[in-house]
Amino acid sequence: METEILARIQFAFTVAFHYIYPPLSIGLGLLMVIFESLYIKTKNKEYHILAKFWTRIFALTFGIGVVTGIVMEFEFGTNWAVYSRYVGDIFGSALAAEGIFAFAMESGFLGILLFGWNRVKPWVHLVSTIGVFLGSMFSAVWIVVANSWQQTPAGYHIVGEGLNARAEITDFWAMVFNPSSVDRLTHVWLGAFLSGAFLVLSVHAYYLLKGRYTTISEKAFKIALAVATVFSLGQLFTGHKSAEGVAKNQPAKLAALEGHFDANAPADMYLFGWVDKENQKVTGVKIPGGLSFLLDYDFKTPVKGLNAFPKEERPSQINAVFQFYHLMVIIGMILIGLTLFTVFLWYRGKLFEKRWLLWVFVFSTLLPQIANQVGWFAAEMGRQPWVVYGLLRTSDAFSQTVSANQILFSLILFFLVYTLLFVLFVYLLNKKIQQGPYDESNDFDRPFTEGLTKTITQN
Amino acid sequence: METFLGLDYPTWWFLVVGGLFSGYAILDGFDFGAGAWHLFFKEEQSRRIALNAVGPVWDGNEVWLVIGGGALFAGFPVMYATLFSSLYIPFMLFLVFIIFRAVSIEFRGKEEMLWWRKLWDIGYSVSSIMMAFLLGVVLGNVLQGVAIGENYSYHGQGFFEFLNPYAIMTGFTALTLFMMHGAIYLLLKTEGRLFAQLTLLSKKGMIFFMVFFGITTLYTLLYIPHLSDDFKRNPILFAVPLLTFLSIANVPRLANKKKYATAFFFSSLTISLLLVLAAIELYPTLLISSIDSAYNIDIYNAASSTKSMQIMLIMVAIGAPLVLGYTLFVYRTFKGKVKLDETSY
Repeated sequence: METEILARIQFAFTVAFHYIYPPLSIGLGLLMVIFESLYIKTKNKEYHILAKFWTRIFALTFGIGVVTGIVMEFEFGTNWAVYSRYVGDIFGSALAAEGIFAFAMESGFLGILLFGWNRVKPWVHLVSTIGVFLGSMFSAVWIVVANSWQQTPAGYHIVGEGLNARAEITDFWAMVFNPSSVDRLTHVWLGAFLSGAFLVLSVHAYYLLKGRYTTISEKAFKIALAVATVFSLGQLFTGHKSAEGVAKNQPAKLAALEGHFDANAPADMYLFGWVDKENQKVTGVKIPGGLSFLLDYDFKTPVKGLNAFPKEERPSQINAVFQFYHLMVIIGMILIGLTLFTVFLWYRGKLFEKRWLLWVFVFSTLLPQIANQVGWFAAEMGRQPWVVYGLLRTSDAFSQTVSANQILFSLILFFLVYTLLFVLFVYLLNKKIQQGPYDESNDFDRPFTEGLTKTITQN
Repeated sequence: METFLGLDYPTWWFLVVGGLFSGYAILDGFDFGAGAWHLFFKEEQSRRIALNAVGPVWDGNEVWLVIGGGALFAGFPVMYATLFSSLYIPFMLFLVFIIFRAVSIEFRGKEEMLWWRKLWDIGYSVSSIMMAFLLGVVLGNVLQGVAIGENYSYHGQGFFEFLNPYAIMTGFTALTLFMMHGAIYLLLKTEGRLFAQLTLLSKKGMIFFMVFFGITTLYTLLYIPHLSDDFKRNPILFAVPLLTFLSIANVPRLANKKKYATAFFFSSLTISLLLVLAAIELYPTLLISSIDSAYNIDIYNAASSTKSMQIMLIMVAIGAPLVLGYTLFVYRTFKGKVKLDETSY
């Protein structure tokens, strides 16, 4: 028991930390491709400056994403040996595909993206930027496919029994396009675009408030705002599709998301609330029959509740799943409201007139980050007690031969290292932001650019 | 068992995983090696040049580890699970050093303060040394055998069991091999005083490596007889160690003639051949049980389904040329001596 809890804490901690970075890299990648394409198309130097500035910040998020990602890959083997043997045939092939088709592409082009500005022609550089961006998108494809297979297994059969049982692939494409892959992948992609777009909005809103780099910041802000608006709205659709999928494929999880206990009754939708698991009661503000309506466009349609499932097949942390899910939804709604309101101001020609709004944008960068995190918490905790839904229990999946002490040792080690990493990340991010888009001195060789930074006009 | 071109699928996959690990060792090997020498360079300018020699490629090199690990997971899940959970501590330490190393490379150049740069120089060098050493330690444990019992469970005792004498020897052999390899790589990328210093250092690297290689080989032949069985049964295989010795001998010979590119080729070949030697000694076993050979993990009881292996071989067939393409493109773009410019670390 102790080993299982420690292994779960370690996985949750390392994966949550990891998940700060890849979405940022994917989202910033999209913005970098847009900035650089605009530069090539318009020959306007300002877009070039923007592309380079955001590439420097991208380098930071990408580097941390890679190393914390290797940790995840190894952890399957070290802490979840039973799981690895069980799913290797399937999960392994998705991971291998990620390596061959995504990482190789990303890292292959990364060198050119970061260090090749003066070594290759502008269009070759743009191709490299696109290569890195697509690589990061593909990487999301394979890892979400692997995780979706854990949620809704398909294209497999079980061979062997007891400790030697394992899933073997029977249909590769059925595995890849398992019932939840596409919905969850689009939801993850859009979440990543939002985390990138809101970081760009945040930084340039800050510059506008400080009266620094205003021309360039207005351009960047508008582009990022357009991206953020489109994808905030898009999240409504991907989120809705995901929820429909959960209703169909993982009814116990859906019931936990809304705290719906009655075995077979119309289900309410809560705006917020608190779940009392003992008394099977939810206190909060609700739309009666809202969940039923959402799934079937009828407030009266019965929905399978938690009581329809044996106790040992229900998620144990129902209130936590409920809270994480609702926090994600609330943030999604806030992002839609915020972006639409701002676009409305833009339409009225008053985009940069409200200082309070710019301050909101400065801090808004945290919102998609939080939504990404709690969305995953809800998805993964809602899947419990299964590690592979309906097939393998989490309590059977961890490494039986690793001792609690070993995990504790590595957990403490990771905690220390990741704390250091995070402090450094924030420090350097802040430093780059303070130096601004034109100041390339820290990445640049001093003598090389001494004249350059001065001649470029700063607003 | 189904076969493809006369070899069964687990054997094919054994070759794929072996090829990936060998590619990884050659590529990350030279940047570990370069990192291991880092503190020997005293001037800031030299350190920057040395760091930027691996700057655009170290990250791509590490991807080979990700792919190799993924391939092992996919092809031999039982081996992946058992190896990683049995050698828990060395793998966890390896991960921590991967992070430290990446952080050191990324953050070193971000501040001007002397103490800041010194701190990350130490972080970079120590983590490079430790990663090279730990890779050798893991290989040593695999070659020697690990306490695997029934149902692939690990029966080892103690936190530091992985640090046995043989593993320490293979650890140092790997470290010195990569130091030799890295020094030659740096010779290709540097000029002037740093280059002159490196010609001396590379000679030391070669001597260190040969000493440790000699000791380890002798120890293997004397105390780990199961590793030479295959050669005794099949004398034609002696060609491989013979080639290995020739390849090793070629490295100092060519370096003395200042043919560094070919010397680098032979140090790469040496790394491959040493892994081929290990592969011959092991095949078809993957992990020897030190408790009872009945518990050995081999390519058949560890393998994924034939279907899965077929699918993945197709992926490799499509993916490998692409990976090779990007890799060549990057190395071509950054070929020649390091020139520091505005985007350098």
